[in-house]
Order: sequence, then C-alpha cells, then structure tokens
Amino acid sequence: MNEVTNIMVVGIGGQGVMTAAEILADAALRLDHDVKKTEVAGMAQRGGVVTSQVRFGACVKSPVIIEGQADVLLSFEQAEALRWQHWLKADGVLLVNDNQLAPPVVNLGLFDYPENALAALHSGGRPMSAFNATAIALELGNVKLVNTVMLGAVAEALPFSAEHLLEGIVSRFRQSKPHLVALNERAFNLGRAASASQLARVS
Amino acid sequence: MAAAQQAQIGQKVLVSGNEAIARAVWEAGTKVAAAYPGTPATEILEYLGLYSDIYSEWSVNEKVSLEVAIGASLVGSRGFCAMKHVGLNVASDALMTLTLTGVHGGLVIAVADDVGLSSSQNEQDSRFWGRFAHVPILEPADSQEAYDMTRMAFELSEQFNTPVIVRLTTRVCHVKTTIAIYGEREAFSLGGFAKDPARWVMVPTVARTRLPFQAKRDLKLAQYSETNPLNFSLSGVDESVAFITSGPAFMHVQEAFPQSPVFKIGYSWPIPISALKNFASQYEKVLVVEETEALVETELKAAGVENISGKDVLPLHGELTPDVIKYGVAKLIGAPITSNLIPAQQVFPRPPTMCVACPHLGPYFALASMRNIHIAGDIGCYTLGAGQPWNALDTCISMGASMGVALGMDKGRGPEDENKAMVAVIGDSTFLHMGMQGLLNITYNQGNVTILLLDNRAVGMTGGQNNPGNGMNLQGEQTNRVDFAKLVEALGVAPERIRKVNAYELPVVLKTLREETKIKQPSVVITGNPCVLVDAYQPKGPLYVMENDCNGCGNCLDTGCPAISVTRRETVVKPNGREKKLAFVTIDTSVCTGCGLCTKPCAPDCIQPLSLRGDLSKDVSTSPSLGDSQ
Ligand SMILES: Cc1ncc(C[n+]2csc(CCOP(=O)(O)OP(=O)(O)O)c2C)c(N)n1
Ligand code: SF4
Ligand code: SF4
Ligand code: SF4
Repeated sequence: MNEVTNIMVVGIGGQGVMTAAEILADAALRLDHDVKKTEVAGMAQRGGVVTSQVRFGACVKSPVIIEGQADVLLSFEQAEALRWQHWLKADGVLLVNDNQLAPPVVNLGLFDYPENALAALHSGGRPMSAFNATAIALELGNVKLVNTVMLGAVAEALPFSAEHLLEGIVSRFRQSKPHLVALNERAFNLGRAASASQLARVS
Repeated sequence: MAAAQQAQIGQKVLVSGNEAIARAVWEAGTKVAAAYPGTPATEILEYLGLYSDIYSEWSVNEKVSLEVAIGASLVGSRGFCAMKHVGLNVASDALMTLTLTGVHGGLVIAVADDVGLSSSQNEQDSRFWGRFAHVPILEPADSQEAYDMTRMAFELSEQFNTPVIVRLTTRVCHVKTTIAIYGEREAFSLGGFAKDPARWVMVPTVARTRLPFQAKRDLKLAQYSETNPLNFSLSGVDESVAFITSGPAFMHVQEAFPQSPVFKIGYSWPIPISALKNFASQYEKVLVVEETEALVETELKAAGVENISGKDVLPLHGELTPDVIKYGVAKLIGAPITSNLIPAQQVFPRPPTMCVACPHLGPYFALASMRNIHIAGDIGCYTLGAGQPWNALDTCISMGASMGVALGMDKGRGPEDENKAMVAVIGDSTFLHMGMQGLLNITYNQGNVTILLLDNRAVGMTGGQNNPGNGMNLQGEQTNRVDFAKLVEALGVAPERIRKVNAYELPVVLKTLREETKIKQPSVVITGNPCVLVDAYQPKGPLYVMENDCNGCGNCLDTGCPAISVTRRETVVKPNGREKKLAFVTIDTSVCTGCGLCTKPCAPDCIQPLSLRGDLSKDVSTSPSLGDSQ
C-alpha cells in the first residue's frame, strides 16, 4: 500500500507558513521521498488566510490534501486551527500556536473572535498540543522565530527524525548567518518540548 | 530561490511549474522572453530574469509582450511570453493574426488559468483559444511535464509554423514537484529576418492567401494529435468507470481511482478524436474530467460517442479534486454518497486586506467619507477598497475599465444620478497597462470624471514588481521612469486639474478630492507614496497608543490599518439617551511603520512615537533580523 503523509500548514499571510511548508517538503525530499507541495501565493497583501499542503511518500499523485485526510495540522494561529480542524483525519495530530490574531473585520466589531476555540479543538479528542509559540519567539527576541518554534512542535509527529528536520532549518543559514544557528536550535527545541509534553499526556 | 536555474544535468530538484517552465525556456535557446505580471503566471518571468544570457522584460501589457515575442521570432530567434488567462484576452488581437502569418523562430505562449479563482476577476478555459486561433495547445499536469512540454512546444512551433500555447492552471504554476533536469542551454538561430511581404504584411489580399495554409495546418495538427505520445492511455483493473482527463485533473483522477483505466490528454488541441473514440468504445461508462469547461466532452458527443458523462455529474466551475471526482462518480454509477467527515466550524472570515501602512489606506479613508459619489474601480490592491471598513469602490471589470466605465456613467446618467460625482480609481501599473487610452478618451470626449491615480511605484497586487512607474526593469536596473503628471497633461488634462497629493496627509487628500469632484472637467489626483513591499518604502519608527488618553472613538480603526486592534469595548449612554459603542485600541508596534495616518483622525492626539515612551525594553522591531527566507 502506498503510504503518503499529508501535512497541512495554516496561518495568516506574513507569518511564515510558506517557509515552514517549504522546509518540511525539503526534509522529505532529502530522504528521497516523492514530494508535492502546494504554494498558493495569490494576492500579495498580508492578512488573508494562508494554507500550504505538503504530501510525501513513495509515490504521490494529487498535490491536494482533501478534507478529512490530513495526518497533521500545523496552525500558526488559534482561530485558523478551528477553521481547518475538519481537514484532519479522525486521529490526526493537531499542533496549534494559541496566539490570537484578530483581522480588521473583528476589530471593527462585525464578527466575533471565537471564545472557546481551544476547548472546541480539544473536544475532537485528537492528539493535540496548543501553546503560545509567538510568546516563545518574542522571548527569544524575534517574532519571526515562530516558524522555527512551530517546526519544533511538529517534529514529533513526522515519519522522520527531529534532528533531520532541524538540520534542514539551520543549513539554510549556517553559511550566511552562523550566529543564528544556536538561536534557531533553541527555538526549535522549545517548540519541540512544548508540544511533546502535551502530546504525551494525550496518548 | 533558483533551484532549477542552478541545477546540473541529471539533478532532481523540487520546483514549481513556473520555475520549471523558465528553465525549459532558457534551455531552448530562447533569446527574448516578455510578460506582464499576473497570478498565477508572474513567477515565470521573475525566474527568467535570473538567467543572464536571455533578454527578458516586463512589458506594459500582455499584448505588447506577445508582440515583442513575435518580433524575436521574425528575426529567427526563439521568443516566449507568459500571462495569466485574462492576459490573452488583451493579447488576442495579435494572436488572431499571428496564427495566419505563422512563425520563423519558435514562439511559445504560456497561459495560466486561475481555476478556482484564487485571485482573478473571472475563470476562463484557455483551451478554447486552440480552436478559435487555430493553434496547438499543450497541457502539463505537473512541473516535470511543464518542463518537458515547454521544450517540445518550441520544436512543435517551428515544425508546424505556428505559435504554440502551453496551457497551465494554478495547480501547475504554484505546486512544487520534483523534476529531473536533462538539458543545458542550446544555441538557436534560424538566421535573420527574411523580408517577405506576402508572409508578414497582413493586408486583406495577403491574409486571404494565408487562410488555406491555416486550414491545411489544422489538418496536420489534428493528425499529429492522434499519434502524439503526450496523448496516452493507461489500462486498469477496475473497469466500472474509465476516465478521460487532462492537466492536473489527471493527478486527481489517479489519486481517487488508481485502478481505473484513464486516457490522459497532454496535446489538448486539436484533440485526438479517433484515439479517444477508440478508448471510449472499450468501456461501458466513461467520465470526462476536465477543468473547467466541457470542451472534450462536447467534441466527443458531437462525434457521436454516447457512453460519456462529464459536466452532468461534475461541477462546471472550480477544481476537480479527488473528493469532487469521487462524488461525481458516485452520482454516475448511482452509488450512495456517504460522508463521515468532521463537521466544519463557523469562524469569522479573514479576507485579504491592505498591508499595514499601505499608501492606499488614506485615499480610501477619504473616499469612504465622501457622499454622493460613484466610484468606478479598477484592478489592483486598491480593489480591496470595496471591502471593510471602506466600502468605497463600486465597480471592477477589467484592467483599465475604470476610465471607460466612469465616462459611460457620466454620459449615461439620468435624473437619479444628477448630483453624483463620477470618480475613477486606478493604480499606476493598471493605468500604464490599459488606462491611458481610457483617459485620453475622457479628455477627448470632455467627460466629467475625477481620476484618482494611485501611484505606489509598483505592481503591488502581484508582489511588488517593477514597472515604468518606478523606473526599474525586471532585473532591478534603473531605466526610464514615466512622469505621470506630464503624461496625463499630454493626454489632455488641464495643468491646473492635475493635483499631486501625499497619500498620508488625510486632510489634504480629502480637500483635494472634494474640490476636484465639484469641478465639471476631467481632473487627475495623483499620489506618489510607494507600496510598503518595495525598496523605496522607508519605514519610520513605530507609533503606540497612550492607552489612558484613548477615548475609544474608534476613528483610527476606520483607516483599515491592520496594525491597529481593539483591546476593550464599552457601551455608554450619551446625554441624549442614545447608546454609543466605544472601542479602545492598541497598535502592534512590531509591525507599525509609523506612517502617521491613524494619528490624523485621533482627536485626543494619543497616538505617539514609541521612541518617546519611557520603557522600550520589549521593542521587538529593534531586534536583529533573522535568516528567514521569505
Ligand atoms: C489583463 C490582466 N493582466 C494582469 C492582471 C493581474 N493584475 C491584477 S492587478 C495588477 C496590477 C496592479 O498594479 P497597480 O495598478 O499598480 O495597483 P497596486 O496593486 O499596486 O495597488 C495585475 C498585474 C489582471 N487582473 N488582468
Ligand atoms: S502590496 Fe503594496 S499596494 Fe498592495 S496592499 Fe500592500 S502596501 Fe498596499
Ligand atoms: S502609524 Fe498607524 S496607520 Fe501607520 S502603520 Fe502605524 S498603526 Fe498603521
Ligand atoms: S482615534 Fe485615538 S482616541 Fe480614537 S480609538 Fe483611536 S487611539 Fe483611541
């Protein structure tokens, strides 16, 4: 049987969703998997919903993950996790940055930000980890590190090792910006620890 | 960024269809490549711009890009142009005659359909150009095929003396799949322009002589389709339904029904009608899975094939993903449709919105506060002005349409619109693409239209590309820069009716628009502040809200700047008994650029530079930049 791993990365334009998906795809490629990755980069504006899908395995046909078939949902924002949770398999793993980003339509009072998003997500009974990756990134000194923190979070839910994934991240700037290697390793490990502890509690 | 460009023969790289096409164009020895940006095709030329041994340009519109490619072909070189689906509508005038002249050097047109409408004004099926323009169409399903077929397209073009269209969809352009590189750049030249009026000068007498050539070529192309290896079938053990499909839908079919027989069309026009008839005759039920219109299905039905289905069970619009196909097949064979999906949750919408500090925010704030105007809009980031909180754009049709539409509204108005001012809103790139002619038409016909020309020195919508408005070319080199004030004056706008404003000076923008809409002459209000995506944009230090002084009026939220968010709401009862809703705000200082727009409607003046605040310990925007590759 052809086993394909389906990873869905979701968030908001400008958060680094595409980069995270790119790194996951590259990691799979380096292990000689067949890989397909959607990159829907439409409008340049920030603020819209962004999703990227990575599929890999011995042989991948369609690049599209269909509803109910994702093995992992990696969400960079809380409400976005709720928006896409039904894309997961019944036993799919849900990893959520529980940071909240309200769009202008919510700030204008036209819509409400969901109050119990995390509770609703938990009620699905799936393996899940929710923690504030943005806070961790800010603590480390730059909000852009969210990306690496979230990749750390997903590391335990992949069919390859966390070290392999981390190598893929740091190799991107080991030459050009060596001072960032240690910082990204820390971000990765903090994300990994945060999610591993919660996932362990579930299983 | 440029995996395919750097790849050696034998290497496997994970690239998008757009990147694969660029590599193939380069390998084919192409000398000239041109395009006007348009999602999802934009990156093809951006990638080609990285190859230093090929001339590549941003053209001002798609028609010009095709004409540039035609010129290259005439002098015996290979020429290429790329565009989104609607771009070929613009270029079609050239295409419809080019098909009569034929080509000298190979000429390939890549056209990308936005199936599912991720960022376009309509959904079109570009395969129809094949029949209409009598040209062959190749239709890749993934990056490898995009690479292979683009290379083949040049050969086909020369072999049959015709332009060739490579038809793409978003799922080819923007999906990354692995390709195996097998070529280096080849040398190509057919040696110079051979003057031949009977071939290249399409006056009626000449065009008439070319028509029989075109008809003969149609026949040859149709014969070639029957035996072309790009059209092939795969057998399968589950013969309950067989499939005929093309493009990325082939991948979706294989995903959904890996055991079923399938005929894959790669050379889409002329369709291999005999081969398809033969395939269909072997099975009881055949489903045609094509994005988006029923082209193959209609042809087969017209050819008398009866056991086929298509749009009777599949949707007429959007992508035919594996789940959609399964649903259609269930309908076809009368199987029960079951679903054990987790229910979706209702979440607020999150539409794309203008960037933090976007130079369009101020003008839209002004337009939103004006009464008695009709706003004919155009296509660009400013089209988002139709949404919240501005609701200040009333029409959007096609590139440049704001000009003609506003004039038509002016001339066609009845008593209901007597006291309305007609405003046209257009961006710099759109103005240069197709708006200039419309403005000339306004001045020539003495229309009463106020034009708001939002010059942000970039093609913002498609990612901030260069254009003549910022004076930089595809490669980022300095070149001629158009002077919009001079340009519109040359098009007939009176010098005193040309007003330059700073987009962030709200009171000035508003006053200027009020004045110009009162004057019954064409006038042009021009902004000049750059898009925040481009290098010319210079951020200042962020601002913050002095929360104790904020009175909750919410005025700053009406700018639409996404850096501003509500921290707390209150409802108070005013002395007159009416309720007033208050919204107290904060500014995300990690993204605010200090443009100052939101300070303008803030009565208590409580939005101030963060640098003036005492405690700066957690100012994230001053931390070192990271190795983020975005
Ligand atoms: C015929 C056609 N070609 C290309 C496009 C893609 N497209 C949409 S808006 C746009 C240009 C926007 O630039 P500009 O007018 O300067 O406005 P901005 O987005 O910078 O505000 C382009 C290229 C299109 N919609 N139609
Ligand atoms: S890309 Fe530029 S023009 Fe478009 S919304 Fe952002 S800042 Fe404005
Ligand atoms: S100054 Fe105000 S409008 Fe400008 S970027 Fe900052 S928050 Fe947005
Ligand atoms: S405009 Fe000023 S007073 Fe009104 S909500 Fe904004 S910050 Fe507060």
